[in-house]
Amino acid sequence: MTNGVSNYLSYTAKELKPSPIRKFFDLAASMEGVISLGVGEPDFITPWNVREATILSIEQGFTSYTANAGLLELREEISAYLQRGFNVDYNPVNQIIVTVGASEAIDLAFRAIVNPGDEVLIVEPSFVSYAPLVALAGGTPIPVSTSPANGFKITAEQIEAAITEKTKAILICSPNNPTGTALTRKELEEIARTVEKHDLIVVMDEIYAELTYDEEFTSFAAIDGMYDRTILINGFSKGFAMTGWRLGFLAAPAEFVGHMLKIHQYTTMCAPHMLQHGAIEALRNSYHEVESMRNSYRRRRNYVVDTLNNIGLDCHVPGGAFYVFPSIKATGLSSEQFAEKLLMEEKVAVVPGNAFGESGEGYIRCSYATSMEQLQEALKRMQRFVERRVGAVVK
Amino acid sequence: MKLNSEEIEILKIIEENHKISAATIASMVMSNEEKVRETIKKLEQQKIIMSYPTLINWSKVEGQEHTIAMIEVKVTPKRGVGFDEVAQRISRFPEVSSLYLMSGAYDLSITVEGRTMHEVASFVSEKLSPIESVVSTTTHFMLKKYKHDGVRFDSGDEKDRRMVVTP
Repeated sequence: MTNGVSNYLSYTAKELKPSPIRKFFDLAASMEGVISLGVGEPDFITPWNVREATILSIEQGFTSYTANAGLLELREEISAYLQRGFNVDYNPVNQIIVTVGASEAIDLAFRAIVNPGDEVLIVEPSFVSYAPLVALAGGTPIPVSTSPANGFKITAEQIEAAITEKTKAILICSPNNPTGTALTRKELEEIARTVEKHDLIVVMDEIYAELTYDEEFTSFAAIDGMYDRTILINGFSKGFAMTGWRLGFLAAPAEFVGHMLKIHQYTTMCAPHMLQHGAIEALRNSYHEVESMRNSYRRRRNYVVDTLNNIGLDCHVPGGAFYVFPSIKATGLSSEQFAEKLLMEEKVAVVPGNAFGESGEGYIRCSYATSMEQLQEALKRMQRFVERRVGAVVK
Repeated sequence: MKLNSEEIEILKIIEENHKISAATIASMVMSNEEKVRETIKKLEQQKIIMSYPTLINWSKVEGQEHTIAMIEVKVTPKRGVGFDEVAQRISRFPEVSSLYLMSGAYDLSITVEGRTMHEVASFVSEKLSPIESVVSTTTHFMLKKYKHDGVRFDSGDEKDRRMVVTP
Protein backbone atom coordinates (compact mmCIF):
# COMPACT_ATOMS: atom_id res chain seq x y z
CA MET A 1 0.00 0.00 0.00
CA THR A 2 1.47 3.27 -1.04
CA ASN A 3 -0.82 5.46 1.05
CA GLY A 4 -2.02 5.19 4.63
CA VAL A 5 -5.02 2.93 5.32
CA SER A 6 -7.14 6.00 5.77
CA ASN A 7 -6.97 6.73 2.06
CA TYR A 8 -8.61 3.42 1.27
CA LEU A 9 -11.49 3.71 3.70
CA SER A 10 -15.01 4.71 2.72
CA TYR A 11 -16.35 8.04 3.94
CA THR A 12 -19.20 6.11 5.52
CA ALA A 13 -16.87 3.98 7.60
CA LYS A 14 -14.74 6.94 8.60
CA GLU A 15 -17.67 9.05 9.61
CA LEU A 16 -19.19 6.35 11.74
CA LYS A 17 -18.50 7.13 15.39
CA PRO A 18 -17.35 4.37 17.72
CA SER A 19 -20.02 3.20 20.15
CA PRO A 20 -20.18 5.73 22.98
CA ILE A 21 -20.10 3.03 25.61
CA ARG A 22 -16.88 1.53 24.29
CA LYS A 23 -14.52 3.71 26.31
CA PHE A 24 -16.49 3.05 29.43
CA PHE A 25 -16.55 -0.66 28.78
CA ASP A 26 -12.78 -0.78 28.50
CA LEU A 27 -12.41 1.04 31.80
CA ALA A 28 -14.88 -1.15 33.69
CA ALA A 29 -13.52 -4.37 32.20
CA SER A 30 -10.03 -3.55 33.43
CA MET A 31 -11.11 -3.39 37.08
CA GLU A 32 -11.64 -6.15 39.65
CA GLY A 33 -14.61 -6.46 41.99
CA VAL A 34 -16.94 -4.31 39.92
CA ILE A 35 -20.69 -4.74 40.37
CA SER A 36 -22.14 -3.98 36.99
CA LEU A 37 -25.49 -2.32 36.47
CA GLY A 38 -24.29 -1.61 32.95
CA VAL A 39 -25.40 -4.82 31.31
CA GLY A 40 -28.05 -4.62 28.62
CA GLU A 41 -29.11 -8.24 28.81
CA PRO A 42 -30.95 -10.62 31.15
CA ASP A 43 -29.12 -12.21 34.08
CA PHE A 44 -31.03 -15.43 33.38
CA ILE A 45 -29.52 -18.15 31.24
CA THR A 46 -31.72 -19.29 28.34
CA PRO A 47 -34.40 -21.69 29.63
CA TRP A 48 -33.14 -25.27 29.61
CA ASN A 49 -35.90 -26.63 27.37
CA VAL A 50 -34.74 -24.23 24.64
CA ARG A 51 -31.09 -25.20 25.04
CA GLU A 52 -32.03 -28.88 25.11
CA ALA A 53 -34.12 -28.62 21.92
CA THR A 54 -31.18 -26.96 20.19
CA ILE A 55 -28.73 -29.63 21.31
CA LEU A 56 -31.16 -32.24 19.97
CA SER A 57 -31.39 -30.48 16.61
CA ILE A 58 -27.59 -30.57 16.31
CA GLU A 59 -27.59 -34.26 17.26
CA GLN A 60 -30.17 -34.91 14.58
CA GLY A 61 -28.04 -33.13 12.01
CA PHE A 62 -30.00 -29.94 11.33
CA THR A 63 -26.91 -28.19 10.04
CA SER A 64 -27.94 -27.04 6.56
CA TYR A 65 -29.22 -23.67 5.35
CA THR A 66 -32.89 -22.95 5.88
CA ALA A 67 -35.22 -20.92 3.70
CA ASN A 68 -33.97 -17.32 3.58
CA ALA A 69 -36.89 -16.14 5.66
CA GLY A 70 -36.26 -18.87 8.23
CA LEU A 71 -37.89 -22.25 8.86
CA LEU A 72 -41.55 -22.09 7.89
CA GLU A 73 -42.33 -23.98 11.10
CA LEU A 74 -40.71 -21.18 13.09
CA ARG A 75 -42.45 -18.46 11.09
CA GLU A 76 -45.74 -20.21 11.79
CA GLU A 77 -44.95 -20.18 15.50
CA ILE A 78 -43.99 -16.49 15.31
CA SER A 79 -47.23 -15.74 13.50
CA ALA A 80 -49.24 -17.58 16.16
CA TYR A 81 -47.27 -15.83 18.92
CA LEU A 82 -47.94 -12.38 17.45
CA GLN A 83 -51.61 -13.27 17.06
CA ARG A 84 -52.22 -14.57 20.58
CA GLY A 85 -49.88 -12.17 22.37
CA PHE A 86 -50.44 -8.92 20.51
CA ASN A 87 -53.53 -9.48 18.39
CA VAL A 88 -51.76 -8.76 15.09
CA ASP A 89 -52.11 -10.96 12.06
CA TYR A 90 -49.11 -11.77 9.85
CA ASN A 91 -48.94 -14.45 7.17
CA PRO A 92 -45.99 -16.76 7.92
CA VAL A 93 -45.41 -17.36 4.22
CA ASN A 94 -44.69 -13.82 3.07
CA GLN A 95 -44.86 -11.40 6.01
CA ILE A 96 -42.23 -12.62 8.46
CA ILE A 97 -38.43 -12.89 8.29
CA VAL A 98 -36.28 -14.57 10.94
CA THR A 99 -33.19 -12.40 11.36
CA VAL A 100 -29.82 -12.51 13.08
CA GLY A 101 -30.95 -10.55 16.11
CA ALA A 102 -33.43 -7.69 16.11
CA SER A 103 -30.42 -5.59 15.09
CA GLU A 104 -30.39 -7.15 11.63
CA ALA A 105 -34.14 -6.60 11.35
CA ILE A 106 -33.68 -2.88 12.07
CA ASP A 107 -30.87 -2.71 9.52
CA LEU A 108 -33.08 -4.39 6.89
CA ALA A 109 -35.93 -2.01 7.62
CA PHE A 110 -33.80 1.10 7.11
CA ARG A 111 -32.07 -0.26 4.04
CA ALA A 112 -35.41 -1.12 2.47
CA ILE A 113 -37.06 2.26 3.02
CA VAL A 114 -34.34 4.93 3.13
CA ASN A 115 -33.17 6.92 0.10
CA PRO A 116 -30.23 9.34 0.22
CA GLY A 117 -31.38 12.50 1.93
CA ASP A 118 -34.37 10.89 3.65
CA GLU A 119 -34.73 11.79 7.29
CA VAL A 120 -35.60 9.21 9.91
CA LEU A 121 -36.72 10.40 13.31
CA ILE A 122 -35.13 8.58 16.22
CA VAL A 123 -36.87 8.94 19.55
CA GLU A 124 -34.17 9.63 22.14
CA PRO A 125 -32.73 8.68 24.57
CA SER A 126 -32.35 5.52 22.53
CA PHE A 127 -30.41 2.36 21.95
CA VAL A 128 -27.04 3.24 20.39
CA SER A 129 -27.47 1.46 17.02
CA TYR A 130 -30.44 3.22 15.45
CA ALA A 131 -28.83 6.44 14.25
CA PRO A 132 -25.71 4.73 12.81
CA LEU A 133 -27.92 2.21 10.99
CA VAL A 134 -29.91 5.04 9.39
CA ALA A 135 -26.64 6.65 8.32
CA LEU A 136 -25.34 3.35 6.92
CA ALA A 137 -28.52 3.11 4.86
CA GLY A 138 -27.72 6.55 3.40
CA GLY A 139 -30.31 8.48 5.38
CA THR A 140 -30.10 11.23 7.94
CA PRO A 141 -31.02 10.33 11.51
CA ILE A 142 -32.86 13.14 13.26
CA PRO A 143 -32.94 12.83 17.05
CA VAL A 144 -36.25 13.70 18.70
CA SER A 145 -35.68 14.30 22.37
CA THR A 146 -38.22 13.24 24.93
CA SER A 147 -38.58 14.98 28.23
CA PRO A 148 -38.09 13.62 31.74
CA ALA A 149 -41.06 15.72 32.85
CA ASN A 150 -43.44 13.14 31.44
CA GLY A 151 -41.31 10.07 31.98
CA PHE A 152 -39.53 10.24 28.60
CA LYS A 153 -42.69 9.52 26.68
CA ILE A 154 -42.66 10.84 23.13
CA THR A 155 -45.55 13.18 22.36
CA ALA A 156 -47.27 14.07 19.12
CA GLU A 157 -46.04 17.69 19.51
CA GLN A 158 -42.41 16.62 19.80
CA ILE A 159 -42.76 14.54 16.64
CA GLU A 160 -44.53 17.39 14.80
CA ALA A 161 -41.72 19.78 15.66
CA ALA A 162 -39.10 17.52 14.07
CA ILE A 163 -40.94 16.75 10.86
CA THR A 164 -39.70 18.25 7.58
CA GLU A 165 -40.64 17.47 3.99
CA LYS A 166 -37.75 14.98 3.98
CA THR A 167 -39.06 12.94 6.89
CA LYS A 168 -39.72 9.39 5.74
CA ALA A 169 -40.00 7.33 8.88
CA ILE A 170 -39.81 7.28 12.65
CA LEU A 171 -38.20 4.70 14.91
CA ILE A 172 -39.81 4.09 18.28
CA CYS A 173 -38.74 1.57 20.88
CA SER A 174 -41.27 0.72 23.58
CA PRO A 175 -40.59 -0.40 26.25
CA ASN A 176 -37.50 1.68 25.76
CA ASN A 177 -33.81 1.10 26.26
CA PRO A 178 -32.41 3.06 28.18
CA THR A 179 -35.37 4.73 29.94
CA GLY A 180 -37.62 1.69 30.45
CA THR A 181 -40.53 3.88 29.37
CA ALA A 182 -43.50 1.93 28.02
CA LEU A 183 -46.11 3.69 25.91
CA THR A 184 -49.77 2.93 26.61
CA ARG A 185 -52.37 2.19 23.95
CA LYS A 186 -53.75 5.71 24.30
CA GLU A 187 -50.32 7.28 23.80
CA LEU A 188 -49.65 5.07 20.78
CA GLU A 189 -53.00 6.13 19.31
CA GLU A 190 -51.99 9.78 19.59
CA ILE A 191 -48.68 9.08 17.87
CA ALA A 192 -50.58 7.17 15.17
CA ARG A 193 -52.62 10.26 14.28
CA THR A 194 -49.43 12.24 13.66
CA VAL A 195 -47.92 9.38 11.69
CA GLU A 196 -51.01 9.24 9.50
CA LYS A 197 -51.12 13.00 9.05
CA HIS A 198 -47.54 13.12 7.78
CA ASP A 199 -47.68 9.82 5.93
CA LEU A 200 -44.74 8.23 7.80
CA ILE A 201 -43.48 4.69 8.06
CA VAL A 202 -42.93 3.44 11.61
CA VAL A 203 -40.09 1.12 12.47
CA MET A 204 -41.31 -0.19 15.80
CA ASP A 205 -38.80 -1.94 18.05
CA GLU A 206 -40.83 -4.13 20.41
CA ILE A 207 -37.94 -6.28 21.63
CA TYR A 208 -38.92 -5.60 25.27
CA ALA A 209 -42.62 -6.38 24.73
CA GLU A 210 -42.53 -9.40 27.05
CA LEU A 211 -41.05 -7.24 29.80
CA THR A 212 -43.97 -4.91 30.43
CA TYR A 213 -45.07 -4.65 34.04
CA ASP A 214 -47.99 -2.36 34.69
CA GLU A 215 -50.20 -1.94 31.64
CA GLU A 216 -50.88 -4.64 29.13
CA PHE A 217 -48.50 -4.33 26.18
CA THR A 218 -50.00 -2.94 22.96
CA SER A 219 -48.27 -3.52 19.66
CA PHE A 220 -48.14 -0.48 17.40
CA ALA A 221 -49.31 -2.62 14.46
CA ALA A 222 -52.53 -3.27 16.38
CA ILE A 223 -53.41 0.45 16.44
CA ASP A 224 -56.11 1.44 13.93
CA GLY A 225 -54.65 2.30 10.53
CA MET A 226 -51.04 1.50 11.52
CA TYR A 227 -50.69 -2.07 10.27
CA ASP A 228 -49.87 -1.00 6.71
CA ARG A 229 -47.26 1.54 7.88
CA THR A 230 -45.49 -0.51 10.51
CA ILE A 231 -42.36 -2.61 10.28
CA LEU A 232 -42.54 -4.59 13.47
CA ILE A 233 -39.27 -5.64 15.08
CA ASN A 234 -39.09 -8.23 17.81
CA GLY A 235 -36.93 -11.16 18.87
CA PHE A 236 -35.94 -13.67 21.49
CA SER A 237 -33.08 -11.84 23.23
CA LYS A 238 -34.76 -10.08 26.11
CA GLY A 239 -38.04 -11.79 27.00
CA PHE A 240 -36.70 -15.30 26.45
CA ALA A 241 -33.17 -14.57 27.76
CA MET A 242 -31.55 -15.51 24.43
CA THR A 243 -29.25 -12.55 23.69
CA GLY A 244 -26.24 -14.54 22.54
CA TRP A 245 -28.32 -16.56 20.10
CA ARG A 246 -28.74 -13.54 17.86
CA LEU A 247 -32.25 -14.42 16.81
CA GLY A 248 -34.84 -11.81 15.98
CA PHE A 249 -37.63 -11.37 13.53
CA LEU A 250 -39.56 -8.74 11.67
CA ALA A 251 -43.14 -8.67 10.49
CA ALA A 252 -44.58 -6.22 8.00
CA PRO A 253 -46.88 -5.87 4.99
CA ALA A 254 -45.85 -8.35 2.28
CA GLU A 255 -44.41 -5.80 -0.13
CA PHE A 256 -41.98 -4.44 2.48
CA VAL A 257 -41.02 -7.97 3.44
CA GLY A 258 -40.33 -8.94 -0.18
CA HIS A 259 -37.73 -6.20 -0.51
CA MET A 260 -36.20 -6.74 2.92
CA LEU A 261 -35.92 -10.43 2.11
CA LYS A 262 -33.72 -9.67 -0.92
CA ILE A 263 -31.29 -7.74 1.27
CA HIS A 264 -31.36 -10.42 3.97
CA GLN A 265 -30.76 -13.10 1.35
CA TYR A 266 -27.66 -11.40 -0.05
CA THR A 267 -26.13 -10.29 3.24
CA THR A 268 -27.04 -13.09 5.62
CA MET A 269 -28.63 -16.00 3.74
CA CYS A 270 -30.48 -17.22 6.80
CA ALA A 271 -30.32 -17.38 10.58
CA PRO A 272 -28.51 -20.44 11.97
CA HIS A 273 -30.61 -23.56 11.43
CA MET A 274 -30.13 -25.30 14.78
CA LEU A 275 -30.89 -22.14 16.73
CA GLN A 276 -34.17 -21.76 14.90
CA HIS A 277 -35.22 -25.10 16.40
CA GLY A 278 -34.49 -23.67 19.83
CA ALA A 279 -36.65 -20.66 18.98
CA ILE A 280 -39.55 -22.93 18.02
CA GLU A 281 -39.30 -24.56 21.44
CA ALA A 282 -39.08 -21.13 23.09
CA LEU A 283 -42.34 -20.02 21.52
CA ARG A 284 -44.14 -23.29 22.20
CA ASN A 285 -43.13 -24.12 25.74
CA SER A 286 -41.54 -21.21 27.61
CA TYR A 287 -44.63 -19.42 28.80
CA HIS A 288 -44.08 -20.14 32.49
CA GLU A 289 -40.36 -19.39 32.40
CA VAL A 290 -40.98 -16.07 30.66
CA GLU A 291 -43.65 -15.17 33.18
CA SER A 292 -41.44 -16.04 36.11
CA MET A 293 -38.57 -13.92 34.72
CA ARG A 294 -40.99 -11.04 34.18
CA ASN A 295 -42.21 -11.26 37.79
CA SER A 296 -38.66 -11.33 39.05
CA TYR A 297 -37.74 -8.21 37.04
CA ARG A 298 -40.84 -6.40 38.24
CA ARG A 299 -39.97 -6.97 41.90
CA ARG A 300 -36.42 -5.81 41.33
CA ARG A 301 -37.62 -2.75 39.42
CA ASN A 302 -39.85 -1.74 42.34
CA TYR A 303 -36.99 -2.18 44.77
CA VAL A 304 -34.46 -0.25 42.68
CA VAL A 305 -36.78 2.67 41.89
CA ASP A 306 -37.79 3.00 45.54
CA THR A 307 -34.20 2.84 46.76
CA LEU A 308 -32.83 5.30 44.18
CA ASN A 309 -35.50 7.82 45.10
CA ASN A 310 -34.65 7.33 48.76
CA ILE A 311 -30.97 8.02 48.22
CA GLY A 312 -31.71 11.22 46.35
CA LEU A 313 -31.50 10.16 42.70
CA ASP A 314 -34.91 11.04 41.23
CA CYS A 315 -36.26 8.20 39.23
CA HIS A 316 -39.57 7.70 37.40
CA VAL A 317 -41.19 4.26 37.50
CA PRO A 318 -40.45 2.71 34.11
CA GLY A 319 -43.22 0.52 32.72
CA GLY A 320 -40.96 -2.05 31.07
CA ALA A 321 -37.55 -3.41 30.01
CA PHE A 322 -34.98 -3.90 32.80
CA TYR A 323 -33.57 -0.40 33.07
CA VAL A 324 -34.10 2.55 35.33
CA PHE A 325 -32.97 5.98 34.26
CA PRO A 326 -32.48 8.15 37.33
CA SER A 327 -31.48 11.79 37.31
CA ILE A 328 -28.07 12.50 38.78
CA LYS A 329 -28.44 16.28 38.60
CA ALA A 330 -28.57 16.60 42.41
CA THR A 331 -24.90 15.59 42.53
CA GLY A 332 -23.80 18.44 40.30
CA LEU A 333 -21.89 16.02 38.09
CA SER A 334 -22.28 15.34 34.40
CA SER A 335 -23.43 11.86 33.37
CA GLU A 336 -19.94 10.84 32.35
CA GLN A 337 -18.31 12.27 35.47
CA PHE A 338 -20.86 10.49 37.63
CA ALA A 339 -20.35 7.14 35.91
CA GLU A 340 -16.59 7.43 35.93
CA LYS A 341 -16.25 8.56 39.54
CA LEU A 342 -18.79 5.97 40.72
CA LEU A 343 -16.75 3.30 39.01
CA MET A 344 -13.43 4.49 40.39
CA GLU A 345 -14.61 5.26 43.92
CA GLU A 346 -17.22 2.56 44.54
CA LYS A 347 -16.69 0.03 41.77
CA VAL A 348 -20.21 0.17 40.45
CA ALA A 349 -20.62 0.35 36.67
CA VAL A 350 -23.56 2.27 35.21
CA VAL A 351 -23.88 3.75 31.73
CA PRO A 352 -23.85 7.56 31.35
CA GLY A 353 -27.19 8.73 29.95
CA ASN A 354 -25.63 10.86 27.22
CA ALA A 355 -24.43 7.64 25.54
CA PHE A 356 -28.04 7.30 24.43
CA GLY A 357 -28.41 10.79 23.00
CA GLU A 358 -28.06 14.36 24.19
CA SER A 359 -31.34 14.31 26.07
CA GLY A 360 -29.86 11.60 28.29
CA GLU A 361 -27.40 14.09 29.81
CA GLY A 362 -28.00 14.40 33.53
CA TYR A 363 -29.12 10.78 33.77
CA ILE A 364 -27.57 7.35 34.09
CA ARG A 365 -28.85 3.97 32.95
CA CYS A 366 -28.89 1.27 35.60
CA SER A 367 -29.84 -2.24 34.59
CA TYR A 368 -31.54 -4.27 37.29
CA ALA A 369 -30.95 -7.52 35.42
CA THR A 370 -28.72 -8.68 38.23
CA SER A 371 -29.34 -10.57 41.48
CA MET A 372 -31.05 -8.91 44.45
CA GLU A 373 -27.88 -9.41 46.53
CA GLN A 374 -25.80 -7.57 43.93
CA LEU A 375 -28.42 -4.83 43.56
CA GLN A 376 -28.52 -4.29 47.31
CA GLU A 377 -24.75 -3.99 47.50
CA ALA A 378 -24.58 -1.73 44.43
CA LEU A 379 -27.23 0.61 45.81
CA LYS A 380 -25.47 0.74 49.18
CA ARG A 381 -22.31 1.85 47.38
CA MET A 382 -24.25 4.38 45.31
CA GLN A 383 -25.82 5.80 48.45
CA ARG A 384 -22.36 6.38 49.96
CA PHE A 385 -21.25 8.01 46.73
CA VAL A 386 -24.25 10.32 46.50
CA GLU A 387 -24.04 11.29 50.18
CA ARG A 388 -20.45 12.42 49.63
CA ARG A 389 -21.44 14.49 46.59
CA VAL A 390 -24.60 16.03 47.88
CA GLY A 391 -22.85 16.79 51.15
CA ALA A 392 -20.12 18.57 49.17
CA VAL A 393 -22.68 20.59 47.22
CA VAL A 394 -24.40 21.75 50.40
CA LYS A 395 -21.10 22.87 51.94
CA MET B 1 -57.42 -19.97 51.79
CA LYS B 2 -57.72 -17.08 49.38
CA LEU B 3 -54.79 -14.65 49.51
CA ASN B 4 -54.48 -11.30 47.77
CA SER B 5 -51.82 -10.65 45.12
CA GLU B 6 -49.54 -8.79 47.50
CA GLU B 7 -49.56 -11.68 49.98
CA ILE B 8 -48.75 -14.12 47.18
CA GLU B 9 -45.90 -11.86 46.01
CA ILE B 10 -44.47 -11.81 49.54
CA LEU B 11 -44.65 -15.62 49.74
CA LYS B 12 -42.83 -15.97 46.43
CA ILE B 13 -40.08 -13.60 47.52
CA ILE B 14 -39.39 -15.29 50.86
CA GLU B 15 -39.72 -18.74 49.34
CA GLU B 16 -36.63 -17.83 47.35
CA ASN B 17 -34.77 -16.12 50.19
CA HIS B 18 -36.20 -15.78 53.68
CA LYS B 19 -33.28 -13.70 54.89
CA ILE B 20 -34.43 -10.71 52.87
CA SER B 21 -35.49 -7.82 55.13
CA ALA B 22 -39.08 -6.65 55.50
CA ALA B 23 -37.98 -3.20 54.28
CA THR B 24 -36.61 -4.68 51.05
CA ILE B 25 -39.71 -6.80 50.53
CA ALA B 26 -41.81 -3.68 51.06
CA SER B 27 -39.90 -1.93 48.25
CA MET B 28 -40.29 -4.94 45.97
CA VAL B 29 -44.05 -5.12 46.38
CA MET B 30 -44.56 -1.34 46.68
CA SER B 31 -45.92 -1.59 50.22
CA ASN B 32 -44.64 -0.47 53.61
CA GLU B 33 -42.43 -2.29 56.04
CA GLU B 34 -44.94 -2.50 58.87
CA LYS B 35 -47.60 -4.01 56.63
CA VAL B 36 -45.14 -6.59 55.29
CA ARG B 37 -44.20 -7.63 58.85
CA GLU B 38 -47.86 -8.02 59.76
CA THR B 39 -48.58 -10.04 56.64
CA ILE B 40 -45.69 -12.40 57.30
CA LYS B 41 -46.76 -12.83 60.92
CA LYS B 42 -50.30 -13.60 59.82
CA LEU B 43 -49.10 -16.12 57.21
CA GLU B 44 -46.99 -17.80 59.90
CA GLN B 45 -49.94 -18.02 62.25
CA GLN B 46 -52.09 -19.47 59.48
CA LYS B 47 -49.38 -22.11 58.93
CA ILE B 48 -49.11 -21.07 55.31
CA ILE B 49 -45.49 -20.24 56.06
CA MET B 50 -44.50 -23.50 57.78
CA SER B 51 -40.83 -22.94 58.58
CA TYR B 52 -37.64 -21.37 57.27
CA PRO B 53 -35.27 -24.25 56.53
CA THR B 54 -31.80 -23.77 55.10
CA LEU B 55 -30.51 -26.01 52.34
CA ILE B 56 -27.07 -27.28 53.33
CA ASN B 57 -24.81 -29.41 51.20
CA TRP B 58 -23.62 -31.70 54.01
CA SER B 59 -21.74 -33.90 51.57
CA LYS B 60 -19.14 -31.13 51.37
CA VAL B 61 -18.50 -31.17 55.12
CA GLU B 62 -16.00 -33.75 56.23
CA GLY B 63 -17.34 -36.11 58.86
CA GLN B 64 -20.90 -34.87 58.40
CA GLU B 65 -21.92 -36.95 55.39
CA HIS B 66 -25.48 -38.26 55.56
CA THR B 67 -26.92 -41.48 54.32
CA ILE B 68 -30.28 -40.94 52.70
CA ALA B 69 -32.71 -43.61 51.58
CA MET B 70 -36.03 -43.42 49.82
CA ILE B 71 -38.35 -46.16 50.95
CA GLU B 72 -41.43 -47.36 49.13
CA VAL B 73 -43.91 -48.70 51.66
CA LYS B 74 -47.06 -50.74 51.08
CA VAL B 75 -49.54 -50.50 53.93
CA THR B 76 -53.02 -51.75 54.69
CA PRO B 77 -55.35 -48.78 55.12
CA LYS B 78 -57.70 -48.94 58.11
CA ARG B 79 -61.43 -48.47 58.00
CA GLY B 80 -62.38 -44.96 59.06
CA VAL B 81 -58.84 -43.49 59.12
CA GLY B 82 -57.51 -44.72 55.74
CA PHE B 83 -53.80 -44.13 55.39
CA ASP B 84 -53.70 -41.19 57.80
CA GLU B 85 -53.18 -43.11 61.01
CA VAL B 86 -50.19 -45.13 59.87
CA ALA B 87 -48.74 -42.14 57.99
CA GLN B 88 -48.93 -39.93 61.09
CA ARG B 89 -47.34 -42.70 63.13
CA ILE B 90 -44.42 -43.05 60.74
CA SER B 91 -43.97 -39.30 60.32
CA ARG B 92 -43.23 -38.92 64.06
CA PHE B 93 -39.89 -40.70 63.78
CA PRO B 94 -37.16 -38.06 63.63
CA GLU B 95 -35.27 -40.15 61.04
CA VAL B 96 -38.11 -39.52 58.59
CA SER B 97 -37.44 -36.27 56.73
CA SER B 98 -40.34 -36.52 54.30
CA LEU B 99 -43.39 -38.67 53.83
CA TYR B 100 -45.92 -38.65 51.01
CA LEU B 101 -48.98 -40.68 50.11
CA MET B 102 -48.56 -41.81 46.51
CA SER B 103 -50.67 -43.14 43.71
CA GLY B 104 -49.37 -46.22 41.90
CA ALA B 105 -47.58 -49.41 42.88
CA TYR B 106 -46.98 -48.53 46.54
CA ASP B 107 -48.66 -46.28 49.10
CA LEU B 108 -46.15 -44.22 51.08
CA SER B 109 -42.91 -42.71 49.92
CA ILE B 110 -40.59 -42.00 52.81
CA THR B 111 -37.23 -40.28 52.91
CA VAL B 112 -35.09 -41.40 55.79
CA GLU B 113 -31.85 -39.76 56.82
CA GLY B 114 -29.23 -41.37 59.00
CA ARG B 115 -25.53 -40.99 59.73
CA THR B 116 -24.68 -44.40 58.34
CA MET B 117 -26.20 -47.09 56.20
CA HIS B 118 -26.46 -49.19 59.34
CA GLU B 119 -28.61 -46.54 61.03
CA VAL B 120 -31.02 -46.44 58.11
CA ALA B 121 -31.13 -50.23 57.92
CA SER B 122 -31.98 -50.58 61.60
CA PHE B 123 -34.70 -47.95 61.28
CA VAL B 124 -36.30 -50.03 58.53
CA SER B 125 -35.98 -53.37 60.25
CA GLU B 126 -36.66 -52.30 63.84
CA LYS B 127 -39.06 -49.36 63.53
CA LEU B 128 -40.78 -49.31 60.16
CA SER B 129 -41.34 -52.95 59.18
CA PRO B 130 -42.77 -54.08 62.54
CA ILE B 131 -45.64 -51.54 62.33
CA GLU B 132 -48.79 -53.59 62.05
CA SER B 133 -50.23 -52.01 58.87
CA VAL B 134 -46.92 -52.10 57.00
CA VAL B 135 -47.09 -54.89 54.43
CA SER B 136 -43.74 -54.46 52.70
CA THR B 137 -40.85 -52.01 52.25
CA THR B 138 -38.37 -51.43 49.41
CA THR B 139 -35.34 -49.34 50.36
CA HIS B 140 -33.34 -47.33 47.80
CA PHE B 141 -30.15 -45.70 49.01
CA MET B 142 -29.37 -42.33 47.48
CA LEU B 143 -25.96 -42.19 45.82
CA LYS B 144 -25.61 -38.51 44.93
CA LYS B 145 -27.70 -35.35 45.12
CA TYR B 146 -27.86 -33.33 41.90
CA LYS B 147 -30.83 -31.15 42.71
CA HIS B 148 -32.90 -30.60 45.84
CA ASP B 149 -35.90 -28.29 46.32
CA GLY B 150 -35.23 -26.61 42.99
CA VAL B 151 -31.57 -25.93 43.76
CA ARG B 152 -28.90 -27.56 41.62
CA PHE B 153 -25.83 -28.83 43.46
CA ASP B 154 -22.46 -28.14 41.80
CA SER B 155 -24.08 -25.73 39.31
CA GLY B 156 -20.86 -23.76 38.90
CA ASP B 157 -21.05 -24.31 35.13
CA GLU B 158 -23.79 -21.67 34.94
CA LYS B 159 -21.88 -18.64 36.19
CA ASP B 160 -22.46 -15.11 34.91
CA ARG B 161 -20.61 -14.86 31.63
CA ARG B 162 -21.92 -11.47 30.54
CA MET B 163 -19.61 -8.61 29.64
CA VAL B 164 -19.56 -5.79 32.21
CA VAL B 165 -21.10 -3.11 30.00
CA THR B 166 -23.28 -3.71 26.95
CA PRO B 167 -25.67 -1.40 25.10
